[in-house]
Amino acid sequence: MQQSVKEKARALLENGTVSRVLGWKKGEFCYDLTPSVFTRVEEVDRDFVYSDFSGANLSKYLISESKKNGKVAAFLKPCDSYSFVQLLKEHRICRENVYVVGVACDGMCDPRMLEEKGGVLRVEARGDTLRVESLYGMEDVARKNLLLERCRVCKSKKIVLFDELLGEQGKEAPAGDRFAEVSKLEAETPEERFAFWQKELSRCIRCNACRNVCPACSCEKCVFDNPKSGVANKAAADPFEENLFHIIRAFHVAGRCTDCGECSRVCPQHIPLHLLNRKFIKDINELYGPYMAGSDLESKPALLTYDTGDCEPSVVLTRGGEQA
Amino acid sequence: MQRIGVFVCWCGSNIAATVDVEQVSRALGKEPGVVFSTNYQYMCSQAGQDLIANTIRDYALTGVVICSCSPRMHEATFRKTCSRAGLNPYMVEIANIREQCSWIHKEKATATEKAIILGRAAIAKVQLNAPLVAGTSPVKKRALVIGGGIAGIQTALDIAEAGFDVDIVEKKPTIGGKMTQIDKTFPTLDCAACILTPKMVDAAQNEKIHIYAYSEIEKISGFVGNFRVTIRKKARYVDEAKCTGCGLCTEKCPQKKVPNEFNLGLDTRRAIYIPFAQAVPKLATIDANYCTMLKTGKCGVCSKVCTAGAIDYKQKDTFVEEEYGAIVAATGFEPIKLDKYDEFAYSQSPDVVTSLEFERLMNAAGPTGGVLLRPSDKTHPKTIVFVQCVGSRCADGRGKSYCSKICCMYTAKHAMLCREKYPDTDVYVFYIDVRTPGKNFDEFYRRAVEEYGVHYVKGMVGKVVPQDGKLKVQASDLLGGRQLHIDADMVVLAAAIEPDKSARPLATMLTASMDTNDFFTEAHPKLRPVESPTAGIFLSGTCQGPKDIPETVAQASAAAAKVIGLLAKDSLTCNPCTAQPDEQMCNGCSSCEKVCPYGAITYADKEFRGPNRTTLVRRVAQVNPAVCQGCGACTVACPSGAMDLKGFSNAQILAEVDAICR
Repeated sequence: MQQSVKEKARALLENGTVSRVLGWKKGEFCYDLTPSVFTRVEEVDRDFVYSDFSGANLSKYLISESKKNGKVAAFLKPCDSYSFVQLLKEHRICRENVYVVGVACDGMCDPRMLEEKGGVLRVEARGDTLRVESLYGMEDVARKNLLLERCRVCKSKKIVLFDELLGEQGKEAPAGDRFAEVSKLEAETPEERFAFWQKELSRCIRCNACRNVCPACSCEKCVFDNPKSGVANKAAADPFEENLFHIIRAFHVAGRCTDCGECSRVCPQHIPLHLLNRKFIKDINELYGPYMAGSDLESKPALLTYDTGDCEPSVVLTRGGEQA
Repeated sequence: MQRIGVFVCWCGSNIAATVDVEQVSRALGKEPGVVFSTNYQYMCSQAGQDLIANTIRDYALTGVVICSCSPRMHEATFRKTCSRAGLNPYMVEIANIREQCSWIHKEKATATEKAIILGRAAIAKVQLNAPLVAGTSPVKKRALVIGGGIAGIQTALDIAEAGFDVDIVEKKPTIGGKMTQIDKTFPTLDCAACILTPKMVDAAQNEKIHIYAYSEIEKISGFVGNFRVTIRKKARYVDEAKCTGCGLCTEKCPQKKVPNEFNLGLDTRRAIYIPFAQAVPKLATIDANYCTMLKTGKCGVCSKVCTAGAIDYKQKDTFVEEEYGAIVAATGFEPIKLDKYDEFAYSQSPDVVTSLEFERLMNAAGPTGGVLLRPSDKTHPKTIVFVQCVGSRCADGRGKSYCSKICCMYTAKHAMLCREKYPDTDVYVFYIDVRTPGKNFDEFYRRAVEEYGVHYVKGMVGKVVPQDGKLKVQASDLLGGRQLHIDADMVVLAAAIEPDKSARPLATMLTASMDTNDFFTEAHPKLRPVESPTAGIFLSGTCQGPKDIPETVAQASAAAAKVIGLLAKDSLTCNPCTAQPDEQMCNGCSSCEKVCPYGAITYADKEFRGPNRTTLVRRVAQVNPAVCQGCGACTVACPSGAMDLKGFSNAQILAEVDAICR
């Protein structure tokens, strides 16, 4: 698969199907790949990498890339395709300028795990295990132990939309209970929950990485960049980050978040930000029936529609969770 | 910086008794931008309004804050005052220091402090107010009445009388409602059908009235003067244009065992039926739940006997879309289910009946042809026990906390009719209180006791046990201080009434508010009893609260008067507080378009200046201010905060919050 993705990127540029390819570029280490646009075949040969560390979701870059001249090819893993479809629904991407290559995915590895090992020189995929070669020797690690959190509880292996498919189309079957963590927090007392989030969010350095990587956070002008808002500063001068920043962000993406998990993947402070979004998704599922943002182009977003079968606000208030 | 005047109203003692108005006006006088601050006994009086107008001129005010009652009460008054003095009416803000302050606080110190804070918030908002100019919107001169009972019929007749078109939507196959099932009416004892059916015919024959029977409301959008309603005409499986109402099909239909809802299940009807002889419109309807042809495809008798060829087994629900200027809710009531009151043995014995069932048993068109017979063995009951307040004025949570209002009178009527028709019967009425306010009502009740010899017993029935063909009634006589044991032949339960189940989903569609009992709330309990707080929605009959027939008819006509007042206008002044997008911030995501209940938002591709002398084409939201009603749904749905509401901008609201938290 790793090789066929690279060959496809090469071929698409060579035969002129597209003028640019959106993919992953090798980094300093084997595990820190970066999203990148390739315009020449030589660049692809030299830098293009598709591996167990191509976790980065490429959909968001298509907002600007699809508005440039010429066609762009994008490699979308199942979860990236949900973000892509959600952005299409929001009229943010010019579909006709994008050639989507769907890439089947068995989960991506978490670079953080290798970072923590230290001194990693090379990683070689051997079926279900990864051979990790480091300054300290060689080690075989089960692939499932290195997966990103979001892949361990993978929501869907289905590629929602593509022009061409590499590998086999998967199913929507979830791999695990991705709401287990949320349920655990829900069961706690308000005080315990507050303490948990205070502990987590107090580490925020307001680097804005979560916002910048989030496909749902793609406003023309972000409220957090508005100097008039009084919250545009990046220094942790007040408890804004701890108390409000992430909550406001979760509200802003509620109903549009596809649970791609990028926020938690990029957070340098290891804050489990995806839990906030999943809480919203869980609530939406429970109060308004199952809804998955980006799962199709037609369905109406639960939070932007209203019908008489919707539960009354009082039900939401009392957390009954049952349909009224 | 604005030049703001602050006017603190005493509202007589309503505010001044719990709020130190002098202290409030002094404190608010020190706020930034305030150039004048005073207090006065009645700000809404002519003298008070003159004070405001003169101050606007003398101090060249650019903004006004009035600390008084709720803006629902007098915002319009004060806006007019300021408008007269040359100030834009939208430069006025009301701080509600009555309903939200003086009335709910007891301590003067805390109430005063809160009044100052509320005033401060209003001042902070006025600082950011901008003059707004209202446009106008046309009024669609057609009314919709939802519910075709006596309330809906009366409202429709009165609106039609004034020359306006009106549609009645009734979910049942015929109009007439509950009154069609009632035998006689109190306190005059005239026959209900005799006074109702002529009105039904009037409605049907009136050129201005269109009846959508066997139809339901599917969807409502729009706003006062311009509602757009989708009506679902349910499939009757009978062609309305062809059916003559001859009733032959209803005699020949082989499916005979369908419970007859008109007689509350006391007898049966066929699968194809006309509810009763005087039904309007007089059309047959096939009950799809029982029709053998529709269920199995084998029968077709009605189709064979119908000489008009009106039967159409393939008929589907159809939809009609219509525009209205005003909508009247007249959805009526239902008696409550009695499954929580099994001590009265309602589910155990057919001889325990509800009062409405009793009406059918007394009615000449009822299951017994008007002869009072026990449902169990068709014998004359000799001892009848009436139980009042079954589920009304309930303190234990099983029923309704309110008084159903009509039961005392109809029970007196039933008792009286029993004694008159069958003088050999013993009639007992068990009551908590007998409530008979109303013209000739108490006289009626006294006649039942004094002339007809009905045994009125203060006290509740504890238990009814069916035994050997009798109903053993155990009850307490509170005045006599003893237990009573009565061997009754029949027990009649005065079940509480509750709003029809269709009212709640309808209220949601109408965005009309309801109380905890699902009765529609009126705009003002005393002064605007037939209007909903939602503009253009009016209330008729028991959907607003329990009522007897005369009250229902009076309210129905009152609602009609309000509708006529609205439809007589050619245009309405729009609310200038409409939404406005910041095109620079708009992502074009369509969230606002999706939530807008009025269809006021569209999208356009516009050119914007990009970096380095380039231009970008972006999809941005556009609001049609003539259609926008200023509900603000789009401003909260907008993920990027590009949508704002004029007069209630995010900045204004945050300024208020800041002022309160200062």
